[in-house]
Amino acid sequence: MKLQEYHARSLLAAAGLPVPAATVARSPAEAGRAAEGHLAAGRGRVVIKAQVLVGGRGKAGGVQLASSVTEAEKVAAAILGMTIKDIPVRAVLVAPAADIVRELYLGAVLDRAARRILLMGSAAGGVDIEEVARTDPDAIVRVHAHPHLGLLDHQARSMAFALGLSGHLKAAVAIAKGLVDVMRRCDADLVEVNPLAIVRQPSPDGSMMEILECLDAKITIDDSALLRHPDLEALRDLAEEDPTDAIAREEGLNFIKLDGTIGCMVNGAGLAMTTMDLVKRAGGEPANFLDIGGGARHDKVAAAMGLILADTNVRAILVNIFGGITRGDEVAHGLVEARAQQARDVPMVVRIVGTNAEEAAAILRAAAFETATSLDDAAAKAVAAAAASQA
Amino acid sequence: MSILVDATTRLLVQGITGREGDFHARQMQAYGTQVVAGVTPGKGGQRALDGSVPVFDTVRHATAETGADTSVIYVPAAGAPDAILEAVDAGIGTVFCITEGIPALDMLSVVPVVEAAGVRLIGPNCPGATSPGKAKVGIIPGSIHRPGRVGLVSRSGTLTYEVVQAMTDAGIGQSTCVGIGGDPIHGLSFRDVLALFRDDPETDAIVLIGEIGGSEEEEAAAWAAEHLAGTPMVGFIAGRTAPEGRRMGHAGAIVSGGRGTAAGKVEALEAAGIRVAASPTEIPALLRAAGVPGG
Repeated sequence: MKLQEYHARSLLAAAGLPVPAATVARSPAEAGRAAEGHLAAGRGRVVIKAQVLVGGRGKAGGVQLASSVTEAEKVAAAILGMTIKDIPVRAVLVAPAADIVRELYLGAVLDRAARRILLMGSAAGGVDIEEVARTDPDAIVRVHAHPHLGLLDHQARSMAFALGLSGHLKAAVAIAKGLVDVMRRCDADLVEVNPLAIVRQPSPDGSMMEILECLDAKITIDDSALLRHPDLEALRDLAEEDPTDAIAREEGLNFIKLDGTIGCMVNGAGLAMTTMDLVKRAGGEPANFLDIGGGARHDKVAAAMGLILADTNVRAILVNIFGGITRGDEVAHGLVEARAQQARDVPMVVRIVGTNAEEAAAILRAAAFETATSLDDAAAKAVAAAAASQA
Repeated sequence: MSILVDATTRLLVQGITGREGDFHARQMQAYGTQVVAGVTPGKGGQRALDGSVPVFDTVRHATAETGADTSVIYVPAAGAPDAILEAVDAGIGTVFCITEGIPALDMLSVVPVVEAAGVRLIGPNCPGATSPGKAKVGIIPGSIHRPGRVGLVSRSGTLTYEVVQAMTDAGIGQSTCVGIGGDPIHGLSFRDVLALFRDDPETDAIVLIGEIGGSEEEEAAAWAAEHLAGTPMVGFIAGRTAPEGRRMGHAGAIVSGGRGTAAGKVEALEAAGIRVAASPTEIPALLRAAGVPGG
């Protein structure tokens, strides 16, 4: 589960990391008031950032500066009216604009090959780190945290030195260790600060000083761990979540909507991906990835069918079940039930093998479903049915 | 021989009195696996599977009383990491963890302990392993198998069944079928299982079923090119149509930053001389073309 930037910033700030104070605003007036506060505190400008979970908001114009309250209201109104990658912007973050001396990158991720938390740093910040990893891998400094002790002091120090932060050693060590601590404490897959920046700001005596600050924050939580983090689950942005995703989550279904016309219902993730691949190979386009899991009962099958049919692009449905824990007859009953309820008549091709396949075949035969025996045959029949129903 | 499980395996079932544990323990026993003990804390002294299997409070007690050498775990996700460590502490040599939904960072803590103890962990979120005609551990339906000399290793569950069924229907039997699990942090890798197959005199050919995400298929391909040059191998990779950045069911199945793509994996396997099937149904024919008898 991805967290919004303002939530990620709060988590880092709560862990003692230097994150500039910022305010969430949901209307231009709120943004104006927030800007007034920051401007009154002596900062020349504020930055207004769209709060959406999709990437690329900067390129889309979702991050802009303002130097007065009126301008902040205007900019906030513009950003709050935007739709970024189909997601309407519902909130903005208003923060003092930093006087940036240097930008860096620091992020902790799960390194599955090494089976460790990997802290990655780059002296070039504000960039797409995956792009840097591809084009200039040597520009990334990598340190693996200890699996039980977290990031050790000397590891954090070597990261700081490698990034040229010897002048900010104490702060850099605290930030590096803090990112790994937050990752461990929150069961995150990713904790990223991009940019981490050296910023210039007035010190209490009026002279200018340079400090290290986290100017952005991105955190993704491991979905499997959310049960033990109700406080983090509560941060889920329900307004931004697609309604079908919410239904799938409640029903315990793995569902991902795609752009094709052939709805797929399968048990098991590997088989679901394979079924999509075979649809494509037969000349069709899958409308979704859908894994109903092991041991699904008829009501879950009916709910899954509802999700597929909610997509108006769907012209045919392919059901592919290899019964192990899942019983074929349960699925067949669910399909009969779902078809009785469905408002739209969409052709369906059903393949059920494995546990109780014979009972399933009898149920499907009685209800006059089109069936298939082999995987390839099922995909071909579904593609043909979709073409016929489109014509 | 065969690998990981066989007729001599003395199996302990952790979570034997639960719904899943009871159901699958019966299936394993019916297949011929020696289910010698169960563990459910607080139910020690009872008997499971219609009185045929003693239940113990602790794994240590179970191993001491029954000589169990292999464990299979059906404990819910919250308790599964501890169940793995309890098995390791009690001296179990091979642990299968069927449980899905274990947080990745839990496994990150557990795996180094398992490895330091020299224990073989398969999973979590795996279907287990079957050595046809000898024994099965996990949840793979026994009926789909046929004894033979082709080893199979996979990251999936039902996709594995699909391939095994296709092989069996084509008259190609299996030495051992192993599911290593769909989670990002897990025990035995593809490469580890290939090494076990290489050393197994009853395995003549190998099928590798991979999917998008991570780099284990690529590592396995490189290892196979060096160490399995004379062994016929056939591969399959699921997820050719998967979009970038979306997790396809398995926590480990995700293409990100242009890495872990199906195309990259297919290329790596082919570069290692491994024929890659475009559909699971093509696997038997590719095996035959590589010289595997059957049908």
